[in-house]
Parts: sequence; C-alpha cells; structure tokens
Amino acid sequence: MSIHGVLREISRVAHSPRMTRPLIAGSVLMLCVLMLSLIGPHLVNQQLALVGARAPDLAPSSANWFGTDSLGRSVLAFVVDGTWPTLQIGLIAGGVGIGIGLLLGLLAGYFRGVFDATVRVLADSLLTIPQIAILVIIAANVQQMTVNLLGLVVAILAWMVPTRTIRAQVLSMRERGYVEVARANGQREIEVLFREVLPNLIPYIAASFVGAVSAGILAAIGLEALGLGLSSAPTLGTAIYWAEKYSAVLGGEWWWWTPPIVIIAVIFLSLFLLSAGLDRLANPRIGSRA
Amino acid sequence: MLPLSYLIKRTSQLVLVIFIAVTVNFMLPRFLPGNPVEISLQQKIAISGTYTVNPAIIAKQYMGEFGLNKPVLVQYYTYWKSILHGNFGVSLANYPTPVASMIKAALPWTLGLLLVSAIIAFLLGSLLGGLLGWPRAPRALRLLAPGLMGVSVIPYYLLAIILIFVFSTHWQLLPGSQGYDPTQMLGFNWASVVDILRHSILPGLSIVLGGVGFWALSMRGMMISVQGEDYITFADAKGLHPRRIFFWYGMRNALLPQVTQLAVALGVVVSGAVLVEVIFNYPGLGYLLFNAVEGKDYFVIQGIVLMLIVSIAVALYIVDLIYPLLDPRISYRRK
Repeated sequence: MSIHGVLREISRVAHSPRMTRPLIAGSVLMLCVLMLSLIGPHLVNQQLALVGARAPDLAPSSANWFGTDSLGRSVLAFVVDGTWPTLQIGLIAGGVGIGIGLLLGLLAGYFRGVFDATVRVLADSLLTIPQIAILVIIAANVQQMTVNLLGLVVAILAWMVPTRTIRAQVLSMRERGYVEVARANGQREIEVLFREVLPNLIPYIAASFVGAVSAGILAAIGLEALGLGLSSAPTLGTAIYWAEKYSAVLGGEWWWWTPPIVIIAVIFLSLFLLSAGLDRLANPRIGSRA
Repeated sequence: MLPLSYLIKRTSQLVLVIFIAVTVNFMLPRFLPGNPVEISLQQKIAISGTYTVNPAIIAKQYMGEFGLNKPVLVQYYTYWKSILHGNFGVSLANYPTPVASMIKAALPWTLGLLLVSAIIAFLLGSLLGGLLGWPRAPRALRLLAPGLMGVSVIPYYLLAIILIFVFSTHWQLLPGSQGYDPTQMLGFNWASVVDILRHSILPGLSIVLGGVGFWALSMRGMMISVQGEDYITFADAKGLHPRRIFFWYGMRNALLPQVTQLAVALGVVVSGAVLVEVIFNYPGLGYLLFNAVEGKDYFVIQGIVLMLIVSIAVALYIVDLIYPLLDPRISYRRK
C-alpha cells in the first residue's frame, strides 16, 4: 500500500461521523503519554534515576530539567522511567478484568439460570466493598511486589463493572432478530454466542476496557502512594510516596511531585476522553449537548 | 410500604457481604506465607539491634496465647465470637493497646470529614449538573464546567498535595497537616471547634473538588433526559415560575437515579478519603491504616478493613431502604 493510500485511509477514518472530538483528543493525549513512556527511557540516561546520582534537593535548572529529589535522583529520569510500569499495571488490570468480565458476562447473560443469579449476587456484593480495604490487605501480605503481581491484585476488584455492562448488553441482544434467525438455521447455542452476539459486543468491550484500565491505574497509584507498590522499579505512584515520606510538599520542593501529578492527570484525562468517545461510538443515541 | 420480598433480599445481601468480608479477612493472612508475629518481632530486633530474645519462641507463645495453633475451623469460630464482642485483637506496634480503642479514637475524625465533604460534593455537584442540563440556566455556568471536570479527573489525594502546597506552604493561609493544633488541648470550647474546623478545610476541599465533577456530569445526563418529559412541558404550559419547575419538577426527578449512583460511588469516595487523610496526617482511620501498613501491624489492618467494609455495607443498606420511600414506583415494580 502506498503512502498516499495509507494517508487516505487515515483521513477517511478521522472524518467518519463516529470519530468525535473526545475520541480524537483522548487518542492524541494517550499517544503522547505512550511515546513518553516507551521512547523516553531511551532518550534519558537511566543511571540518573538511581539513588545518589546527583546532589539532593536541587531546584530545576539547565543541568537537571526537573531538579532532584532528597535522595539525589533526577526527577526527570525517574518520572520518565516510571510512566510505562504505571501504564503496564493498568493494562494488566484492565485486560484481566475484561477477560473475566467477558467470560462471566457472556455466559451469565446468555444462559441465565442459577449461574446468572450467582454471578449477579457476587458482583453486586463485591461492588459495595471499598476497594482500598481489600487491596491493602492483599498487598500488605505480599513480600515482593512486581508489576505483574500488582496488576493481578488490582484486577481482583476490576472485573465487576465490565461483567455487569456486558451481561446487560447480552441480555438485550439475545432477544434480537438475528439471533432468532441463527437459531432457526440450526446453529448451536455456543456458535450463536460467538458468531452473532460477540462481534456486536466489541464497542462495549472497548469502552469497558478503557474504563477498567482507568480504574486499575487509579487503584494502583493509590496502593503505591500508601507504600504498597513495587519494591524495585520506580513508578509514578511510588514517586508520590517518597515525596510524602520526605515531606517534599511542606518543604516546598514542588519540582518533585508536580511532574508525576501532571502526567497522572494527563493519563486520566486521556482515558476519560477515550471512554466518553467510545461510549458514544457504542451508543450513538447518546446525543451531545455542549 | 416496603415490600417484604425486597426487605428480605436486601437484608440477606447485607449478611452475605459481612460474611464474605469477615471470612476473607480471616483467611488471607493465614494462607499467605510468613508468620506475621515472627516477622514483626524480627523487624523490631533488626531495628533495635539487641538480640536477647529468640523470636521463634516468643512467636510460639504468642500463637498459643491467641489460639493461633488450633485447627483452622476452631480459630474461625473464635474469630467470629471475638468480632461480635468487639474484640479485634491488640496492636503489635503499640502493644498492648487494643485495636478496638484505636479505631474508636480515629473513627469520629473520618466520619466527620467524609460525611460532610461527601454530602457537600454530592449536593454541589448535583446542583451544578442540573443547571448545566437546563437550557435556561445562566450562560456563565457553562464556562465553569470544563474547569471543574478537569480538576475532578485528578485523584483526590493528588489534588490534596496541590492544595497543601498552594494554601499552606506558599500562601500560608490554612494548616496543611493534622486534625488539630498540637499545642491545643481539645475540649468543648469555641477555640477547639474553630481549630478543628480550620484543619478540616483543606482535606474537605480536596474531597469536594475531586468529587464534584463526577456528580455534575451524571446529574447533567439525568437532567437532559428528564427535561424531555411531558410533565415538564405541562408545568411550563401551566405558567409555573421557571425556578419552581427547575427545582420541584426537574431536579426532584433527576435526583432519584443519582441516589443509586451513591451506592457505587461510596466505595470510591472512601478509598480516596483514606489517602487524603494520609497526605494530611489527619488522625482518622486512613492515617491509622497507613501507619499500620508501614509497621506491618496486622491486627490493626484487619480491624480497620473490616470496619470499613461493614460500615459501608450498612450505609448502603440504609440507602437502599430509604430509596423506595423516595421513589414510590420502586415498590410496585418487581426488581
């Protein structure tokens, strides 16, 4: 395919009526964050993120663009290093959450019965429990925390909302005409589930995924800010934890905690916009009113 | 009145949640590797440097005292019995302070901060959202909306950091830490009240600013759909004053689904508030939890977590009981 053809395809997608402003804005922001997190570590000297790399408590200057923290680490270095692990945790939590949610939601919504009742009661009960409570208990008992482990811990409480959303959709879809036709054609129920219902669920799955990633990152940063995060690599949340520990806020060292907060805000803003845009994609009847 | 089937269903759900919470609370530390007492003792020895005691022997004694070497089912039964008697064990870090008394001291602070800020955020957000969805609302409000939404994207505790820096370090207007002045002796006098209020402004503000955007956005959605209803048109045709229509016809009906949203949002608000307390060193349950996690004080952690889960479950139960009284249609509809 020629460059011209690729550009034309991109332009066609970008100008389609479903590609609303929130979706574009969210995607652009997320792209910036991804570039920062994936390319950034290669551009910045990673040695600078280690303890004692530079003199401690230096304000931003031409030598250290974001200054240093109380342990002598370059803020720019560990912020750039820490963005990708944060996103990774969110992706793991979101992925596992959606995986479980899809499985449970499809089966519960389509086949109903006792299984459906059990799933519903379980999900509703777990939703009422404050996340931080369970997460703190689990995380406090884990000796060596890694990215994957933290993602899984957060995912434990991330599956409920996707399950409910997907189940609700499946409930309405199973009564549709095309499902009846497929059944009348002799397709087995399992085939109907995967061939007819699942493909139409994709917009909802995408919207739920973004929501789950957002909730996962929020929970992960919360745990990290309490000191229950990664023991090895820095992440944005642990940067906040160390800043608290060394009283950087009251001490006026704004350059330590401002970059992590700004990046976190940008991540959440982009996820929010993406989710709003995907919601509208999935449900075009939600009109927009400024 | 409340249909009996609804009451039974909701009460059994409450019992189930409490049962799951207590069981998970009981099981987790026992099924994860490591003996918490021994680890805690070893940490203390490492910090203090002396080694006159053998942690293994002390740990065994401790386990015998607290019945930790009996079969699991017996332990489970004794656990339930002690929970129902309000005995959550003793703190390992502040031996022998009972966990229950630590929680009792911290609870009023958290309740006060959380309840007031959450209610303010809910009311303010709903009002703002309602106005945003109402076509005849003042135009100036639309300008306020994106700012507030943007702020609410940032998690509460990060907002707290920014607020502390601006109002406490930079402008030195409001106290940025603790619940009351360390030099102040608390009593039932005016000075204490003012002191406590001053210290609660910034933490409360973080929770309010962080939560308003969410409530406003969902309220706006409700208001837009309520607006298209026939009774609004009818009220307008009757010639009622616009403000009256807004409050008594519009807001009143749009508020109902918001209250159900409260159920899901409560868990998130509590989680955020816990971290806000940590940032502010506010002497509530969140701060207690943080210190317990740092010091690996397992019984305190378990006690607080259990307390949080049970209180939220009870709060939601009350909300679910009140809701049919607010919306009589629920009683007729089958869930």
